[in-house]
Amino acid sequence: MEMTMDNNRAVAAATEGAPGEGSVGEVLDGWKAVCPLEAIPVLGARVVASRHGDIAIFRTVDDEVFAIHDKCPHKGGPLSQGIVHGREVTCPLHGWKLQLDSGEAVAPDVGCSRPFAVRLVDGVVELKV
Amino acid sequence: MKKMKLVLVGNGMAGIRTIEELLKLAPDMYDITVFGAEPHGNYNRILLSPVLAGEMTLPEIMLNDLDWYRDNGITLHAGKTVTAIDRIRRKVVAQGDDGEVIEADYDRLLLATGSTPFIPPIPGKDLQGVLGYRDIADTEAMIEAAGRYRHAVVIGAGLLGLEAANGLMLRGMDVTVVHIGEWIMERQLDRAAADMLQASLEARGMKFLLAKQTEALLARDTGDDGGDGGRRVSAVRFKDGMEIQADLVVVAAGIRPNFALAESAGLYCGSGRVRGIHVSDTLQTVTDPRIYAVGECVAHRGVAYGLVAPLFEQGKVCANHLANFGIGRYEGSVTSTKLKVTGIDVFSAGDFSGGGDTEEIVLHDRQGGVYKRLVIRDNRIVGSVLYGDTADGTWYFQLMKDGQDIHEIRDHLMFGQNHLGDTGHKGENRAASMPDTAEVCGCNGVCKGTIVKAIKEQGLFSLDEVKKHTKAASSCGSCTGLVEQILASTVGGAYQAVSAHDKAVCGCTDLSHGEVRKAIRDNRLLTIPDAMAFMGWKTPNGCATCRPALNYYLISTWPHEAQDDPQSRFINERAHANIQKDGTYSVVPRMLGGLTTPDELRRIADVADKYAVPTVKVTGGQRIDLLGVKREDLPLVWKDLGMASGHAYGKSIRTVKTCVGAEHCRFGTQRSMAMGVDLERMLFGMWSPHKVKLAVSGCPRNCAESGIKDVGVIGVDSGWELYVGGNGGIKTEVAQFLCKVATREEVMEYSAAFLQLYRDEGYYLERTVHYLHRVGLEYVKKRVVDDADNRKALYERLLFSVQDYKDPWAQRAEDSSAGVLRRQFETLEA
Repeated sequence: MEMTMDNNRAVAAATEGAPGEGSVGEVLDGWKAVCPLEAIPVLGARVVASRHGDIAIFRTVDDEVFAIHDKCPHKGGPLSQGIVHGREVTCPLHGWKLQLDSGEAVAPDVGCSRPFAVRLVDGVVELKV
Repeated sequence: MKKMKLVLVGNGMAGIRTIEELLKLAPDMYDITVFGAEPHGNYNRILLSPVLAGEMTLPEIMLNDLDWYRDNGITLHAGKTVTAIDRIRRKVVAQGDDGEVIEADYDRLLLATGSTPFIPPIPGKDLQGVLGYRDIADTEAMIEAAGRYRHAVVIGAGLLGLEAANGLMLRGMDVTVVHIGEWIMERQLDRAAADMLQASLEARGMKFLLAKQTEALLARDTGDDGGDGGRRVSAVRFKDGMEIQADLVVVAAGIRPNFALAESAGLYCGSGRVRGIHVSDTLQTVTDPRIYAVGECVAHRGVAYGLVAPLFEQGKVCANHLANFGIGRYEGSVTSTKLKVTGIDVFSAGDFSGGGDTEEIVLHDRQGGVYKRLVIRDNRIVGSVLYGDTADGTWYFQLMKDGQDIHEIRDHLMFGQNHLGDTGHKGENRAASMPDTAEVCGCNGVCKGTIVKAIKEQGLFSLDEVKKHTKAASSCGSCTGLVEQILASTVGGAYQAVSAHDKAVCGCTDLSHGEVRKAIRDNRLLTIPDAMAFMGWKTPNGCATCRPALNYYLISTWPHEAQDDPQSRFINERAHANIQKDGTYSVVPRMLGGLTTPDELRRIADVADKYAVPTVKVTGGQRIDLLGVKREDLPLVWKDLGMASGHAYGKSIRTVKTCVGAEHCRFGTQRSMAMGVDLERMLFGMWSPHKVKLAVSGCPRNCAESGIKDVGVIGVDSGWELYVGGNGGIKTEVAQFLCKVATREEVMEYSAAFLQLYRDEGYYLERTVHYLHRVGLEYVKKRVVDDADNRKALYERLLFSVQDYKDPWAQRAEDSSAGVLRRQFETLEA
């Protein structure tokens, strides 16, 4: 993920002393703090409303976070409501599997849900929108 | 870490299938080198017959083209025959047609050298125009001969011989099949079926000479050698002196395991009757544990298999050990046979010789061209022969493999698996008679032609693969039987129905549902991570198939102790509402026994107005459904409703439907509404392998439809009748009579005991009807009706499981804003 030193400091400043969902706000370069990591269940997801539509943010068992458009390429199912396993999510509507890092469907299905840049800074999940 | 070296000798179906299984388990463990005597990639040998018959082409039967080897980093030496194995220096030596010598070192060696046609030692066997039938070269030689010559003789009327004869006949040759036995395919068919098959092949122009022993193959006397540059066969002479003309002789007198290489390397290959590379249950050669062997070259527990299906089973186990997992064991296969001659259906499996302590059920319609014979011992099918109508072959085979007691279905066994109640494909239950354009899977709109095409082009062999690639049978599953039939008729003997009993839960484990349940019970496993670690799960945290199953097994086996994991539940059970196609939810409040009040109705109406609920509908289970509620509104809707969750979304107790009963009805004999309310209240909070629906009717008119419910109760003047295992869904199944009881308390106790037995023993997503089919009604009666102590224990166990269950709607509605229970319904901003 692209990240400069300046950016890093700005993020740290923005979140310092005020963790928690109430403190989220805008920072430099289009990165936005969304929520603390704890607000996403392990092997779960949350929905973030954005100007691009709903984005699903996932948390794996190793506390990695991924973000993809909350819409299955098959029939538009809300991926955020699916079951998360490894680095994949299974869509709740018809069971398509999508890779969380690329948004690509797992073969033999073919399709893609748009991925978004997301990062974890001092326990806060930030999304580039 | 330096990779180990794996060398495969034999680039055929068994060897490559093993490599494919290995790559799935441990893609980076080995540097793999493959030697194959034929100059091709791996192809589907069983489809050579359709190629010979002109129904398919060679490119269509390739399973792994050269790109596949390259993409997987496998070194392929095609057209190179391995001539020696040096077990001390651990290397193999191979020689190409051009004399080039190649050596390869190995840490593990896999032998899959297959088999060779058995050519009896008769004079003339080395003449031009005398062939075995084994590989692409043989097939091409036959096609070539068919274009130049007229008279073909096939020696041997087994499966392969008849397929060769059929292919040559379709290519315009005059074909005579010679057989030493009294009837054709005597190893696969009994006389009656064989006679019908012979008559049908004769009607197509094939000629037969039975009980004939070949004495010699005679060469042509004329100078015309057909351009072959040598002496060509011209006739076949039999021991009785008879001679027939032959320009081409195909010898299909059986196959012999190809173990010469292994034997020359000092590997034990048996002596006497059972020859072949001797292997253990882990597919390691009994002589050298570094060397594995699979396929037709192998003798396992005294059996050498000549069909494809067992080879796949061997490959799976072998790959498991090569990957150092070490948990699979190959314990032998039960095989079935199907003849791949278009338009002729023959199926056989098991031991159909009959006699002794066996019984037989036979249906023989000579004019109609149908013959079915089932051989039964101790109420179990041990063999079957079908001719003309083989649609139920896979079902009989399954019953045989599972060793299922058939005495309860004996009276209609012969008429096949009853698909009559199936919905979604116009009642069609004979795949063979369906045109390619017919829709097989009504859920996903998949036609027969699409399935056949995928099977052929993608080289699919199992139901799971077909489901994945075509989506057929992957939704409601009602067309599974049809898809299996299509698979069986397309790939023939390579298809092996997976027994539901020992089928793995999913790709994350090799263990079956039964084994997983047992491990959780025997080892007191309480969390999903513990269970996965203990059972050696292959994936870090499972998948959407196994996690919900594990979660259910944990909480049902260890109530109040095991941790319920919301993230391992399907969204409906996590959101406590049913997800709809547009991502909104449906809300169904609990109305015990289908009873409600004016006050509740007013609140429902107010909620529908306030949250602009687009659709309000009465359900089939006598409830009211609010459809189109937004995720964010769910906790607010629940709070305003002030009613308990109806669990219309769960693998759980759904509804108890009731008729009016003796409270009002002039025909009523029992108070069905009160009974329904009591049952539903008792079961509130009961999670189960699948959804559970009950009904209580107050008299035998049965207005609550108790006959198609998991537990159906029917009031009669002298008490209550209990029925179990009914189903009104995909396939209409009438509930079976369990027992009659006298009192309300008994209804509660017996119903709960039956459901607890199902909760304890059912497999996840197995409805009560399927559970009953698996274990049998007799077993359930024994545990629930006859054994009073056990019944009471089951009853107590159910009450304990649901004790202190909190209504999930109330919990979430009352959870403080942004609380853990509430947060999943809220949307963040960015």
